[in-house]
Amino acid sequence: MYLYPKWLRIWHLMNALLFIILIVTGLSMQYTDLDNSMYVVGFAKAVKWHNYAAFILTANYVVFILGNAFTKNGIYYRIKRENFWPDLMKQLRYYSFGMFKGEKHPFPVTEDRKFNPLQKVSYVLAMYLGMPLLIISGFVLLFPEVAIDNVFGMSGLVLNDILHIATGFFLSIFMIIHIYTCTLGAKPSSLFWGMISGYHRSEDH
Amino acid sequence: MDLRKLPVALLIILICSSTAGYSKPMWLKASRAVKQDTSTYVSPFREENENCLKCHGQEKYEYTNENLGRQVKELMCSQRIVNRDLFYQSNHKSFSCTDCHSTQYETFPHPGELRMEQKYNCLDCHGGDEKFAQYHFEEIDSEYQQSTHYKLEEDGFTCWKCHNPHSYKISIRNTENLKETITYDNAICLNCHSNFDHFKLLSDREEINVLSTHKWLPNQAVHFQNVRCIECHTKINNDILVAHLIKPKAEAVRRCNECHSQNSILMATLYKFQSKEQRRDGFFNGIILNQSYVIGANRNEFLNLTSFGILLAILAVIAVHIFFRIRKSNQTL
Repeated sequence: MYLYPKWLRIWHLMNALLFIILIVTGLSMQYTDLDNSMYVVGFAKAVKWHNYAAFILTANYVVFILGNAFTKNGIYYRIKRENFWPDLMKQLRYYSFGMFKGEKHPFPVTEDRKFNPLQKVSYVLAMYLGMPLLIISGFVLLFPEVAIDNVFGMSGLVLNDILHIATGFFLSIFMIIHIYTCTLGAKPSSLFWGMISGYHRSEDH
Repeated sequence: MDLRKLPVALLIILICSSTAGYSKPMWLKASRAVKQDTSTYVSPFREENENCLKCHGQEKYEYTNENLGRQVKELMCSQRIVNRDLFYQSNHKSFSCTDCHSTQYETFPHPGELRMEQKYNCLDCHGGDEKFAQYHFEEIDSEYQQSTHYKLEEDGFTCWKCHNPHSYKISIRNTENLKETITYDNAICLNCHSNFDHFKLLSDREEINVLSTHKWLPNQAVHFQNVRCIECHTKINNDILVAHLIKPKAEAVRRCNECHSQNSILMATLYKFQSKEQRRDGFFNGIILNQSYVIGANRNEFLNLTSFGILLAILAVIAVHIFFRIRKSNQTL
């Protein structure tokens, strides 16, 4: 079943590459040391590449928002209140126990349901909460003159920095889990191929 | 007198005005002045000083020319003007003018030969004084003599070029607003390095442009607002609070990591005083964390450990999941 249109696959690939660049350069900036000037990338290069990648990521995010606003892809991200927690638990139970007992997937992928409840919640949190926070706090770091000077006795920039780093960290954790869950298809590689070809194999999770 | 306010006060005695006909300045007399808050401070010599400041305290002054038999208005030379407000907020606020200047200035017109008198430098009054040993004035002087500014001494470079004795106030040691202190301290450098009229008195260079020479610096304006020039342009000296060995241009700090790292040199420069006073447990570079934002130097040990723990937990869950997947796969086979 053709689930991943070309724009989405290009966006997804760009997002993945940019995120890897941002994680590597972000860690390099955060953990530079006087004695070891190269953590992974030198500080000056890390700053430059982090800024470039961030700008492209922001543009890419706009593509995602517009794509979801004007194509069918947006409906996959709509969360319904009805059975929200039971469905979430059902999916969690499947990942924790059911799949090892040979149970059937409680929410198989269809053209109307690309994501299972856990995926949907985590993607919505990542894309509609995490990404805006990351982008806005990143721009404040890039243009620190817009930051609030003092928030409850602490530098507004420091709080913004903590927000940026914490959001980046949680999105990085999301990425690790995302990559792992993508090995849960019929074969460990099939979901990855689906994201390249655009076709999802129905027996995949 | 507040001892914390002394070291730089001792650095600064006299500028511009000539001196003659007096012995060692009577700063001991001044030291008896009661320590008071700057905003409410009233000098015990206020009235006495007013004899000088009624002319030297503003751009215009008046006097009676007895030859002409009338009042004459003149413009005061800008180099001879002392701003009352700044003076009474400065380190020397408790001084009488004649503590440092000759009592012969009390007569008007001032005797012409006063102009030719040698001015004091800081060590003339405070050098070799055990009372101020903790401030290492001799070390400061030794640093100055190795600094790139010292080679300009024959052209007239002295302590007073940076530390105006009529307005300088100690800043980094007792600051409550670090940004204001940074601006204040940087203005001292920029007084010559961005003012060609002042600069050309000491150098033959045909132009100065701080902005273009620092073009390589990312977020230039942010750096200028948040660190002092001397952070990069002096050699760190752990014995004195403010390093005075200005390095040649080629030796200035250019590696980002020097500041942007856990062992940031800012802890030995800009935040030296506060880091000694207010070191906090559990935080790397706690002072930087609380005062400002320096990528690479802002590290919170608690957040580091927490994030590392979360990462390990996630990897552990994944590893367990993989284990059960492999086991199920083997059972199926």
